[in-house]
Amino acid sequence: MGMDSDLYCEGLVRCFGSNAAVDHVSLDVPAGTFFSILGPSGCGKTTLLRLLAGFDKPDQGDIHIRGQRMNDVPPNRRPVNMVFQHLALFPTMTVGDNIGYGLKRRKMPLAERRKRIARVLEQVGLPELEHRNPQELSGGQRQRVALARCLVLEPTLLLLDEPLGALDLKLREQMKVELKHLQKQFGTTFVYITHDQSEAMVMSDQVAVMRDGRFDQVAPPEELYREPATPFVAGFVGDNNRLSGELVSVRDDLAEIRLDDGVLVQGRVASDNLRTGHRAELYIRPESLVLSGDALSAGFSSMQAKVRTTLFDGANSRVEAENCGQPVYARLPQDGSAPRLSADSSIRLAWNPALARVFGADSL
Amino acid sequence: MKSSVSRLSLWLLLTPFLLWIVLLVLLPHLQMLRVSFQVRESWDTIAWGIEQYQNFFTESYYWRTFVRTGMMSLFTTFLTLIIAFPIAWYIARLARGRSKGILFLACLIPFWASELVRTYGWMILLRESGLFSSWLQAVGWVDGPVEMLYNDVAVIIGLVYNGLLFMVVPLVTTLDGMDENLVEAGYDLGGGHGTVLREIVVPWAMPGIVSGCIVVFMLTLGSYLTPVLMGGKDSAWFTEQIFTQFITRFNWEQGAALGVLLLVLSSVIVWLGLKISGQSLRKVMG
Repeated sequence: MGMDSDLYCEGLVRCFGSNAAVDHVSLDVPAGTFFSILGPSGCGKTTLLRLLAGFDKPDQGDIHIRGQRMNDVPPNRRPVNMVFQHLALFPTMTVGDNIGYGLKRRKMPLAERRKRIARVLEQVGLPELEHRNPQELSGGQRQRVALARCLVLEPTLLLLDEPLGALDLKLREQMKVELKHLQKQFGTTFVYITHDQSEAMVMSDQVAVMRDGRFDQVAPPEELYREPATPFVAGFVGDNNRLSGELVSVRDDLAEIRLDDGVLVQGRVASDNLRTGHRAELYIRPESLVLSGDALSAGFSSMQAKVRTTLFDGANSRVEAENCGQPVYARLPQDGSAPRLSADSSIRLAWNPALARVFGADSL
Repeated sequence: MKSSVSRLSLWLLLTPFLLWIVLLVLLPHLQMLRVSFQVRESWDTIAWGIEQYQNFFTESYYWRTFVRTGMMSLFTTFLTLIIAFPIAWYIARLARGRSKGILFLACLIPFWASELVRTYGWMILLRESGLFSSWLQAVGWVDGPVEMLYNDVAVIIGLVYNGLLFMVVPLVTTLDGMDENLVEAGYDLGGGHGTVLREIVVPWAMPGIVSGCIVVFMLTLGSYLTPVLMGGKDSAWFTEQIFTQFITRFNWEQGAALGVLLLVLSSVIVWLGLKISGQSLRKVMG
């Protein structure tokens, strides 16, 4: 950890005019990690990646790769390679020449180059394609060529700029899994940026959620999902319901709030700016909501809601209901045992307070 | 019914183009080809022969001028490319928004004046009593007035200046379409400036380079005013010889033969250029 990590950054700042695209970001990525930076567009993640690649210089802060300070090292001297969003395969070269380009720059003899090109193509599952033009390949194949072009150079760090964005849904699902396998197989440290939370969750060992140039939370995917540190993370990572009300009391780590229809509900305290009598927000995941008749487990909180419609989507089927004008989504049981829910009928939604998280309304 | 209407409209649309090609390009050239093989035996008898072409090869002044014109045109084209490339790069890749349009316009503005006026502009700068000469004297680098006109350098300056726009436009068009990430990927994978230029930018811009070179080469080879005015009497440009045959000597047969040879020369060089650069005319002009 620390300075010996594959990537270690301290207080990175990059401003455009008066706007800080990257605002005091620090990160520490140990060797062999699949590290994702997840954020909405415009959050500064691309700027951060370009700082790491060396296409742009930080205004403040240091970038260390394997303990070496990289701030003044030009991109062609960094042990870092990048898979671009639109791949940027050289259209005037064959697949083999694309992959050989970097090796040639290292003055590697032709025979050795050929061997390495053939081997890396084998590893990414595209043997015998080296004489084809990139334009003749399918989207998924081009993706793999772009990866091979970087991996053949055995970089310390591989940067990926939303490379799956251009693929269709099915292929994207497939490539997600494949990328993860390739990363394990090569053992290279990946820094992957995306706005798609499912990509980040499936592939990563660590995910940093970025907003307005800062990291909101850096955690493994499961922790990010179960213990979001900020309301932004709670709302951005996975589906979540937000219920707002007034904080009534805080007991141990349970906060009680009064919803706008007067019902008292509970959730776990998630931020330290909760003050009694002030507004607070409770986040509860759709799959944590239970459709209950009368039988309620002890200690569960519940509220009344009006059914708007049911959304059938296989295992992800949900009911859309309404509480105090706010939409609330609840997961329907997967065994089809859900009661027939007609529109405008009233249902009771219950949850275990340990699964809900309460933030002060003004916490960022 | 419908197909005959669409066929009619196709022909109507094609008519101006066909008239232009046939009347202004094809017929004159065929006529010229015919005249070039005529041998005038007396004032009213004409025979067929290749005397004019023989003249070209036996009279060393003809073919030397011919070779000289070809070589200087090639050099001018190359020089124009070297000068135009950074300009085009700047306009296409670095300039943004308004400044892009203004720079493009700045390249275009000289062409609002005729070639004659542009050439006289250069003559004002370069002549013995001109601007450059008096500056050099004012700075004290030379003692007396310097004549910078009437030599090959002056001719090439004029020709490069005339060709620049026709090189810049196709280059800007191709470079404009290049993905910025290609250049970045070139650096990212370990390439230096030279490598990125040689391996990525130039191959990408090749269609633009070749089409610019063809246009500039043709213009230069066939230009008349600039070599005559800036090179003076001894500029020995091939078009001058054609002019002399037609107008001064009134020897249309010889003039036509020289004209045909010039056409053959330019076609051969363009064909060679396309072969060497591995481009096809369709790719370059489409």
